[in-house]
Amino acid sequence: MTDPSSSPVLSLKDVSKTFESRQGPVEALRDITLEIQASEMLCILGPSGGGKSTLLNLMAGLERPSRGEVSCNGRRVLRPGADRVVIFQELALFPWLTVRGNLEFGLRMKGVGRAERRARALEALRRVHLEGFAESYIHQLSGGMKQRVALARALVIDPSILLLDEPFAALDAETRDRLFTELQDIFDKTHKTIVFVTHNVREAVCLGDRVLLLTARPGRIKRIYTIGLPRPRRIDDLAVAELADVIVGDLRGELPPAPENGHAGLG
Amino acid sequence: MPAWAKKVLFLAIVLGLWQAWCWTGLVSTDALPTPGRVARALAEGVADRGYLEAFLVSARRMAVGYALSVLLGVLLGTLLAWWRTLDDMLGSFLVALQSLPSVCWFPLALLWFGPSEGAILFVLVLGAVLSITIATTAGIRQVPPLLISAAQTMGARGLPLHVHVTLPAAFPSILGGMKLGWAFAWRALMAGELLYTIAGASGLGTALQAGHRAQDMARVLSVMVLIVLLGMAVDFAFFGVLERRIRERRGLQKG
Repeated sequence: MTDPSSSPVLSLKDVSKTFESRQGPVEALRDITLEIQASEMLCILGPSGGGKSTLLNLMAGLERPSRGEVSCNGRRVLRPGADRVVIFQELALFPWLTVRGNLEFGLRMKGVGRAERRARALEALRRVHLEGFAESYIHQLSGGMKQRVALARALVIDPSILLLDEPFAALDAETRDRLFTELQDIFDKTHKTIVFVTHNVREAVCLGDRVLLLTARPGRIKRIYTIGLPRPRRIDDLAVAELADVIVGDLRGELPPAPENGHAGLG
Repeated sequence: MPAWAKKVLFLAIVLGLWQAWCWTGLVSTDALPTPGRVARALAEGVADRGYLEAFLVSARRMAVGYALSVLLGVLLGTLLAWWRTLDDMLGSFLVALQSLPSVCWFPLALLWFGPSEGAILFVLVLGAVLSITIATTAGIRQVPPLLISAAQTMGARGLPLHVHVTLPAAFPSILGGMKLGWAFAWRALMAGELLYTIAGASGLGTALQAGHRAQDMARVLSVMVLIVLLGMAVDFAFFGVLERRIRERRGLQKG
């Protein structure tokens, strides 16, 4: 999938990020250098509070690096843009718009005409199996349906890069598995460049061309695993499970010493 | 018992007590006319078109003044939310200024604008604009940053971001300010019309003043009833509809 000869779509060079807090500066990320190729699927794993989301926000342009440079298609990232759409864990759907209104939003900002907006929104809704809910309001949908709307809202803009920040973290296990399979299916068809932040190691191994493991704060790149397993992969494949176990071992080294009876905090 | 029946029952009790009080003869019916006389005065006023004309004059002033107030209030509120320094300078003064009944400005307004519609509008807008401004600023500050981030990553920025995301997200709060502003504007208008008559156009406040001059309390009360009925009608038909729509769309609980 990754072709080393092509120029990277996203590249981070010596990127560090420090936040000012009341207790003084907090270094979230340190010296991240990373290149992501076109159509690559990169999954980011790491301990909670370890800067995974910050890394994604830097790529999105929602945060500016304290040091170093983030660039997208050779141009420095200075602000968010519709070529790098983010799907947040909390979804951030607009409650005053219908499902269709939410889907049309990005197109409207692009200046796409009414008829085309509508057609593309309905087409995107079909892709996530929600064609019957175009005129529903967000609060009328279940958690899994909202997740699908968020996915469709991002896909309808047809960005070259899709950034996902733990999009399934708030869902129940059954919904999560079904959505995960659908997501995998959509990504296999669209060939987008995808960065996927998760705390579920198996998900990461199952989806990713590469899996990046961050250290505890300040987050640095601990290791990047190239996942050579053949596709299509299933989350319960033996090979996926074995590789996930290796990564879980490495990740455990980054967690604070577990308290007695403590939960390791892995998904 | 349904809610409307409770309302009707309550009104019936109030009217009954009122009528009973008049029958005791403890006060003269000149000072407190019977409900029947007030109703007759209302019917007469409506029949000879006097109240209708007064209503139209007041309604036109409200429509123009209130629309202007909403526009200015949202604009000023947006500026205050965007520009911290401006809020630091103005913010607390606006709240203080709101405690000053806007009709206090009337003498100055008459001097600046002359005894004209301009003076009335000035006082009316001053009454409504502050609460809308304050609610807009507060509403914008409470918009979840994540909604803005999401909109930005979908390519929204600048004025379109403000119009299509920030303001709709802040609208429930803005509507609260608009309701308050409506009440303030209505009071300012009535006080203004009561105190000063602008030649050629007499509103409801002027009709009330005419009743006062004629010492006809039935007329005074009938205009008061009319003013309350109008307030209820606007609350039901305009704010009620907007609030219901917000609740239904956003899935909020009935307040």
